[in-house]
Amino acid sequence: MNVLVARLLLPIFAALFWVLTAHAADISAPLTALSGDDFAAKVQATEALGAAGEPAAVPALKALADGRLYRNPADGRTLYSDPADAARLIDAITGQPVTGVDAASLDKARINNRLRGAITNALAQLTLFSSNPAERLAAAQEAFKNGGSLEALRRAAAAEKDARVVEALALALAAAELSQGSEVERAAAIDRLAATASPATRGLIGRVADDAQAPQALRDKARAALVSIERTLWINGLVANLFQGISLGSVLLLAAIGLAITFGVMGVINMAHGEMIMLGAYSTYVVQEAFRAFLPAGWFDLYLIAALPVAFFVAGAVGFALERGVIRFLYSRPLETLLATWGISLILQQVVRSIFGAPNKEIANPSWMTGGFEALPGFFVTYNRIAIIIFCLIVLAVVALILRRTAFGLEMRAVTQNRRMASAIGIATDRVDALTFALGSGIAGMAGVALSQIGNVSPNLGQIYIIDSFLVVVFGGVGNLLGTLVGAMTLGVVNKILEPVAGAMLGKIVVLVAIILFMQKRPRGLFALKGRSAEA
Amino acid sequence: MANLSGKLVALALGAALAGFGGTASAQDTIKIGVLHSLSGTMAISETTLKDTVLMMVDDLNKKGGLLGKKVEAVVVDPASNWPLFAEKARELISKEKVSVVFGCWTSVSRKSVLPVFEELNGLLFYPVQYEGEESSRNIFYTGAAPNQQAIPAVEYLMSDEGGSVKRWVLAGTDYVYPRTTNKILEAFLKSKGVASEDIMINYTPFGHADWQTIVADIKKFASAGKKTAVVSTINGDANVPFYKELANAGIKASDIPVVAFSVGEEELAGIDTKNLVGHLAAWNYFQSVKSPENDAFIKQWQTFIKNPKRVTNDPMEATYTGFKMWTQAVQQAGTTDVNAVRQAMYGQKVKTPSGLVEVMNTNHHLSKPVLIGEIQPDGQFSIVWQTKGAIKADAWSPFIPESAKLVADWTFPWVCGNCSEPKFKM
Repeated sequence: MNVLVARLLLPIFAALFWVLTAHAADISAPLTALSGDDFAAKVQATEALGAAGEPAAVPALKALADGRLYRNPADGRTLYSDPADAARLIDAITGQPVTGVDAASLDKARINNRLRGAITNALAQLTLFSSNPAERLAAAQEAFKNGGSLEALRRAAAAEKDARVVEALALALAAAELSQGSEVERAAAIDRLAATASPATRGLIGRVADDAQAPQALRDKARAALVSIERTLWINGLVANLFQGISLGSVLLLAAIGLAITFGVMGVINMAHGEMIMLGAYSTYVVQEAFRAFLPAGWFDLYLIAALPVAFFVAGAVGFALERGVIRFLYSRPLETLLATWGISLILQQVVRSIFGAPNKEIANPSWMTGGFEALPGFFVTYNRIAIIIFCLIVLAVVALILRRTAFGLEMRAVTQNRRMASAIGIATDRVDALTFALGSGIAGMAGVALSQIGNVSPNLGQIYIIDSFLVVVFGGVGNLLGTLVGAMTLGVVNKILEPVAGAMLGKIVVLVAIILFMQKRPRGLFALKGRSAEA
Repeated sequence: MANLSGKLVALALGAALAGFGGTASAQDTIKIGVLHSLSGTMAISETTLKDTVLMMVDDLNKKGGLLGKKVEAVVVDPASNWPLFAEKARELISKEKVSVVFGCWTSVSRKSVLPVFEELNGLLFYPVQYEGEESSRNIFYTGAAPNQQAIPAVEYLMSDEGGSVKRWVLAGTDYVYPRTTNKILEAFLKSKGVASEDIMINYTPFGHADWQTIVADIKKFASAGKKTAVVSTINGDANVPFYKELANAGIKASDIPVVAFSVGEEELAGIDTKNLVGHLAAWNYFQSVKSPENDAFIKQWQTFIKNPKRVTNDPMEATYTGFKMWTQAVQQAGTTDVNAVRQAMYGQKVKTPSGLVEVMNTNHHLSKPVLIGEIQPDGQFSIVWQTKGAIKADAWSPFIPESAKLVADWTFPWVCGNCSEPKFKM
């Protein structure tokens, strides 16, 4: 028991001892405490390191945040591994490499979210005067978020040259003055913060507005500032909503383009369409694993590009076989087609489940599709969404080109508009049917590559998209690519505008009811085909 | 006596059949039912539990079976179809004459089979954490009740160590488990002095795929200056797009931690976790638990499934615990008769892979430890907090007024799963 207490208390005493005998160079006690077992002591040590302002503590703190910090149980010293070379161990206090230590015997220092927060804070304090502008920028942003020392920020602001850091420091300084400054400074801080409308400034100024101890004049000023911030944020929110709608629309569109060909152009009710998307996603998985296994790590980010043709050919080949093996015997028998393709969709699901197993497969985002940036305050755009919007527009354009500008497209349209006439003028309708179906399936496969980036890769993947795909095609007008585009975007945007108001559940119901009513009025969808082709 | 002559007949029959090269007769085996979906949406989770039961049966048979007989698993596939669960349960009990059934995952499937088990006096072991508010004479619940998962997790986040969270987003899939759990949590938070405007509740449909708006809303809600956390009862396939959106939107665990009740090692296997480090999950078992029982459990599983990378998770551990308890109770009772086994179940103890001894209580729920783990880059959890000992399950939550007065106790004088007064007078 005593040993336990001593083990728990020792780091605290060590940190206390250090605080009492503070002189800038000696940070060995808190560094030792960092690799201990007690979270409270570790937080205390981290805060002490931040306050000490000794840059020597930075690598150890970073190592702790990344899970590279260890305690050597033999001598109780804190070690960390080199970020570039995990096998190279460095003593946290001396900063010198250590040899002859068995890596397996080390105890890894555990970390929780409170400690993570304390580390970010301490690192911000330590890197505010770093020689690297990127580190200073991160430090200034951190100081803005979590508050920093007024005096340190002033010093940093006075010395700063880099324009982006100057801006970030001004905000951080204003935030610090708002809470710690004199009344005049606080009023000025409100003005400066209100100029940058963001959820964070709203929070900061809102706290002053609600603070019963603040002078009345200051609170009124804060309230007035809040009104203008709210207005800007409301507009940003609308823009964000619109973008999210377009992004959802592009996902719907991507899932539906293949169906627009097989169902829209050929008139086959293809319930196995979703499974073509799923096959595309599993092709992506296989390509990813192949890249991991056979190619150097630097190439990994390209796997997604390589997966596109693979997915196209896999799904296209399955589509081709499906058309030749089953669907061609069922043309002009829609009910049988529906049942047969539904059965095929179940078979494909179970085949994939038997080969790959029931659990989800992990698909990593390539680094160029990870993360995002803040386009407007309160409006965060992620890279994968942008990539999907662009990709879906490219696919749509290519499909439109094939349909409108190639001989194959011409034959395709001829066959679907009047099969007997097309046959009479010498078009091999059988071949065209098979290739059209393969094209539609192949495009669904490519959609699977993109959709694997934002969702699950499981045998049920197709089920999520099949209903939405049919909705888009029917709503947009069967047999019309432009209709599919407009239909998808409309559904996406309406869905996203309704969602914050009505909730995800009710929003979906409202959209479905609206579509049913719309189809009563216009059974052929938004863009109905006109003329003789519409009767076919 | 009847039993003895039965055995003699069986022996004679067996000998006779063996002479003709036949297999063992029915009386030489104990049949158990496995009622987990092997196709449809729930196959992703339930297939693993089917394999866990088969592993346990295999192990039991290698060690000589039960009561000197071989154990035979009858596997059926209710195909994620709730009414089919009831049909298959009836088939298992009436036609296959199984002694016990291990099965179900979703609460709706359990609610669907419950009347069948009560009517035919069957025995079901249900291995998944759930919303509570139930105690059937014919079901043993080996997963967590809300007070063994949700409440301790929220208390942890409220504490200094968990980050002193003041503002709460309760996000869930729209069905009975999240709705009931959130009702309990909301009442609990209010009892701790959290104001209504500091609680945001959000429900999404099953398989919800587009999380942009909700993640943006969470960010907005968290920008009010108070420490905010998300309590997620999001279930199944919707989790992958949710976590991907969180990671891409740059929400770090140190800013807005997400604690999930339905995300375990198996679910994380489908997600790239590098950007999710620090987000939390509350369970009664993690694969990373350090105990000899757990080492043996993991080894047994990976050997059985012939894949050294397969993970273990909490519902598997609950299946393991349920199976062990049932075999112990059968040995104690000396029979597989449902009534006798039920009596023998009360107080049954098993040292589980979670490293602690878990006990079956008379409310048909277990006493279990609660663990909180942080997601690691390798898809495992690092345990950051755990209860001192086992916590006894409340079948009825004290935080919901209607259920606070109900008692579940299947021993004298109560003998009831949802009564406000004992059935018998003392």
